[in-house]
Amino acid sequence: MTKAGDDLAIDVRGLTKIFGKRTAVDQVDIAMPRGQVWGFLGPNGSGKTTTIRMLCGLLRPDSGQGTCLGYDILKQSREIKRQVGYMTQKFSYWEDLTIRENLEFVANLYDIANKKQVVDQTLEQLGLTTRQNQLAGTLSGGWKQRLALAACTLHNPKMLMLDEPTAGVDPQARRDFWDQIHRLSAQGLTVLVSTHYMDEAERCDQIVYIAYGKLMAQGRVEDIIDQSGLSTFVAEGVGVRDLMERLRGKPGAEHVAYFGNALHVSGGDLNALMALIEDEQVDGVTWRQARPNLEDVFIHLMDRSIDTSVGV
Amino acid sequence: MFAALNRILAILIKEFIQMRRDRMTFGMMILVPVVQLTLFGFAINSDPRHLPTLLYLEEDSTIVRSLAAGLQNSSYFDIQGQVTSAGAGTDALQSGEVAFVITVPAGFTRELLRGDRPQVLIEADASDPSAASNAIGMIQQIVSSSLRQDLKGEWAALAQAPPPVDIVVHRMYNPEGISQYNIVPGLLGVILTMTMIMITSIAMTRETERGNMENLLAMPARPWEVMVGKIVPYIGVGLIQTTIVLLASSYVFGVPFIGSFWLLAFGVALFIIANLAVGFTFSTMARTQMQAMQMTFFFFLPSLLLSGFMFPFRGMPEWAQAIGQIFPLTHFLRIVRSVMLKGSDFAAMWPNIWPLLVFIAVAMAVAMKRYRSTLD
Repeated sequence: MTKAGDDLAIDVRGLTKIFGKRTAVDQVDIAMPRGQVWGFLGPNGSGKTTTIRMLCGLLRPDSGQGTCLGYDILKQSREIKRQVGYMTQKFSYWEDLTIRENLEFVANLYDIANKKQVVDQTLEQLGLTTRQNQLAGTLSGGWKQRLALAACTLHNPKMLMLDEPTAGVDPQARRDFWDQIHRLSAQGLTVLVSTHYMDEAERCDQIVYIAYGKLMAQGRVEDIIDQSGLSTFVAEGVGVRDLMERLRGKPGAEHVAYFGNALHVSGGDLNALMALIEDEQVDGVTWRQARPNLEDVFIHLMDRSIDTSVGV
Repeated sequence: MFAALNRILAILIKEFIQMRRDRMTFGMMILVPVVQLTLFGFAINSDPRHLPTLLYLEEDSTIVRSLAAGLQNSSYFDIQGQVTSAGAGTDALQSGEVAFVITVPAGFTRELLRGDRPQVLIEADASDPSAASNAIGMIQQIVSSSLRQDLKGEWAALAQAPPPVDIVVHRMYNPEGISQYNIVPGLLGVILTMTMIMITSIAMTRETERGNMENLLAMPARPWEVMVGKIVPYIGVGLIQTTIVLLASSYVFGVPFIGSFWLLAFGVALFIIANLAVGFTFSTMARTQMQAMQMTFFFFLPSLLLSGFMFPFRGMPEWAQAIGQIFPLTHFLRIVRSVMLKGSDFAAMWPNIWPLLVFIAVAMAVAMKRYRSTLD
């Protein structure tokens, strides 16, 4: 295969999916190089899951075209399925099968050579050898995620698509999970992870942000922050929380949030924001300009996408 | 006190809202009584009339013609025509085409007028005893009254007791009128309908409900591979059920089995496939296992009532019979009863085999079409 763009794991243009009257995914373009970890972000119901399903051949796009791992997403979904490991948002292995039976079933479906060895090895890696005969349904959330990850990497895929893999998992398990993802990435896998957690987004090489079916931003975290055109001021001190309600909705303050014992006020118009802060000086509260963080940028992007979708 | 009432009211309102949202359950609550009323009220009749009858007349005379007219006018018998040999009459009984064959022997009129009480033979398909019994019970009276008009003047005395004609009843295929002979083979059909549809629709819906289906389809399994893989185990279940029912039928209930085992096996196979296709179709429509159960019930109820299992098929009005013809159970009941009790062959059963084949083709087509669209 010496096609142009072969270094791209995903190369799709104009991807669109319509459910009834609702456009779930609207003209999304994604160009994603191989061997990287990509974060896929966006508010709930923004079309992340639908996009992932279209990329791995589970759903047929209504329009658009492109390739996944060099295979046509419209015509070669079977080849894509063979080389992609897809982990669904909800645990979707069989709860009434044991851990071992689940892995054996997956191994059989992919027609993996020397199944027993692969399954044994996987159980060993997971640290589940002693519990291999336990029903999958009795595992805790974190262990279920580990089992699912093991099962969807069993067939040595070239690419992983993980749909909110760490939702509802405790911090330690989340950290372990990400270590696994980076380990797999180091082995040359391309990984696409959808998530709501900003700290997870920052663990990714690049991110894609979509809202209400539209692609809002794509690129490195730093670049997205730089390109957002957003300015942020941080207020610290006594009684900053009381400021929150006062600032909210004022011209210039597009987004006001309290975290880390400080108030973050962001806006796209630096002058308006500075003017507002001049007006709102309070004793005991100190203001400083700060670099917007990813969450500020996302909320800014989300508000903007609501504006455009309402405007249409 | 008022607080408790308010809480009860709050729960009550919530319950109504949920009831309204769950269209399937709501539909069941409204539709089931309507269907039951319609079926029980209009369609079901335990005194079947207009039963198809053939005449085998070895002689023709005014008296014989008025006898035939009397049978037709009684509303119990619907004379479909005449046969020219006794064998043709037996064939028609065996295939289930007619319920009765009435034979008037040669010399009937002469013997009647001489007062010798000639015989009239009525052969009845008694494989379903309840369907035939009322007409059989009425025939003596029907014959006597239809002859009364011809037996006038010098023959008027013949019309008095004892009856002028000796009616000989042959209850074919089930001479003792044992209802188990009819019910037990029929139960095979009922049991298979119930479990095949329910088990498949629930087993498939369970995968969707738990999210397993998405996972399965993300792996390299084709839709038809999933379908075959999921259905085949239940064919096995159906065969085990069939074996149990047939063994019980033979050893516990003593139902005779005079037909071809292989013809029955063929019929059972078709019937199981037809039901699995229905179950599969339901599973593509139901989102929850509860809905799959409700759909099963909604198919099962009219199947049971309109197939001729519980009430004589011919007792129902035409429209109900037409609906009944759709259900696989209707045709399967005829096959299983005919093969076991009458020893019917393939040719005689063909009128019930092809509707099953058509049903399978349609149900499979719907299932596959629906199944594809659920992926999207």
